[in-house]
Amino acid sequence: MYPTDYKYTREHEWVKVEGDVGVIGITFHAQQALGDIVYVELPKVGTQAVQGKTIGAVESVKAVSDIYSPVSGEVIEVNEALAETPELLNRDPHGAAWLAKIRLSAPEELEKLLDAEQYQALVAEES
Amino acid sequence: MSAGGEPRRTPLYQLHRELGARMVEFAGWEMPVLYSGIVEEHLAVRHAVGLFDVSHMGEIEIRGPEALALVNLVTTNDASRLRIGQAQYSAMLYEHGGFVDDLLVHKVADDHYFLCVNAANQEKDYRHICRYNRFRAEVEFASERYAQLAVQGPRAPDTLSRLTTTDLAAIRYYHFTDGEVAGAPARIARTGYTGEDGFELYLAPTEAPRIFRELLRAGEEFGIRPCGLGARNTLRLEARMALYGHEIDASIRPAEAGLDWIVKADKGDFVGREALRRLATEGVRRSLAGFVMRGRQVARDGYPVYVEGRAVGWVTSGGPAPYLNKNIGLCYLPAELAQVGRVIQIGVRGVPAEAEVVPTPFYRRRRLNQ
Repeated sequence: MYPTDYKYTREHEWVKVEGDVGVIGITFHAQQALGDIVYVELPKVGTQAVQGKTIGAVESVKAVSDIYSPVSGEVIEVNEALAETPELLNRDPHGAAWLAKIRLSAPEELEKLLDAEQYQALVAEES
Repeated sequence: MSAGGEPRRTPLYQLHRELGARMVEFAGWEMPVLYSGIVEEHLAVRHAVGLFDVSHMGEIEIRGPEALALVNLVTTNDASRLRIGQAQYSAMLYEHGGFVDDLLVHKVADDHYFLCVNAANQEKDYRHICRYNRFRAEVEFASERYAQLAVQGPRAPDTLSRLTTTDLAAIRYYHFTDGEVAGAPARIARTGYTGEDGFELYLAPTEAPRIFRELLRAGEEFGIRPCGLGARNTLRLEARMALYGHEIDASIRPAEAGLDWIVKADKGDFVGREALRRLATEGVRRSLAGFVMRGRQVARDGYPVYVEGRAVGWVTSGGPAPYLNKNIGLCYLPAELAQVGRVIQIGVRGVPAEAEVVPTPFYRRRRLNQ
């Protein structure tokens, strides 16, 4: 369920590191908890993301939920496909529905994140 | 209430878990928010039929030779106009004219009225009624004796008719009868909180799990879905039905909420009447308005509303409307700004997003049979 080469936050975001870039998204558990997703508020390219701070929001029929950046750095690309098809987040949260790419300014922060096994344990605890 | 304590559970709690519901705490109760998904459940009710456990709702029974006098003193609508077997949407007010609650008043007999009130308010309502009981009337807090199920949607009559010998066609909108469902006594009311045709069933808690299952089986061929509070909320919002704590509360007067039609000022004395009379001379200052978002942003409860950069009101309920496929909401605006067509801005997480005031209800069903 949760890719082992990703890192996770306690707030249910993930990051996959590709060189000096972190691709970020929300987890399967997060989208499931949110239900039908209707809108994704993404950061603008050029935004300086700070680990643990809000960089956007996900709107579902039920509620709105903040997205907290799992890493710090400059947002270099956002997933434009989500503007037209936010429901992609329900279908493929760990893949096609990535949210943004961030050039890592503090790669050592990754150490603070959970690995797949720890994240899975967190999810099991919460449900 | 269970404030601070463990949330209460309805008799259907175990069944909800078996059906895979996601449970949330609402008004001190652990209730299903959704089973398969809010959109799917919402559309099932609009197109076919949905089944809700609303056993958290409160029931209060008023009996005795002066039951009507008490009911008419504590509620705003005119209960004396009710015939036996008829139900009425009404409100209870404080002396200052703000809402204690909104409710349904059912006339069971000349000396017996049955009230259905909001879950979170039931103890407060009961105390409020008792406080004004200077009549030969007995007030019973009856919530423990009832489970409540709502069968809602165009196929609700087809579904329920398979489980009852009671003549459903004879029950007109906002009427009820004491009949049976699946062999168990049930008060069957043609009322609801979804904007669709349907029934609300009041029955013994011990019978509720069996009847819930039988209703799911009976509605299977029509595509029935068990529905949670999530869909209940989106459905009532499309139909512009008030939710206590959102559109109405102790600080809101009926005229502001567009509910002056349930206030019968000429019926005689009732609690809150004097305050409303005074306010009527001042005119209504704020008014509940419906709006549709122009973009894809979603308005949520509590967001500020701006007109030309000035903060003028707040969103009482907002969210995606699954049937209309728009993002809608209700908000309080100064009365002079609440006209249809006005462009307003909703502060969506700090960023103004355009919306337009529209006529309500957002959704109105086509009525074929009544």
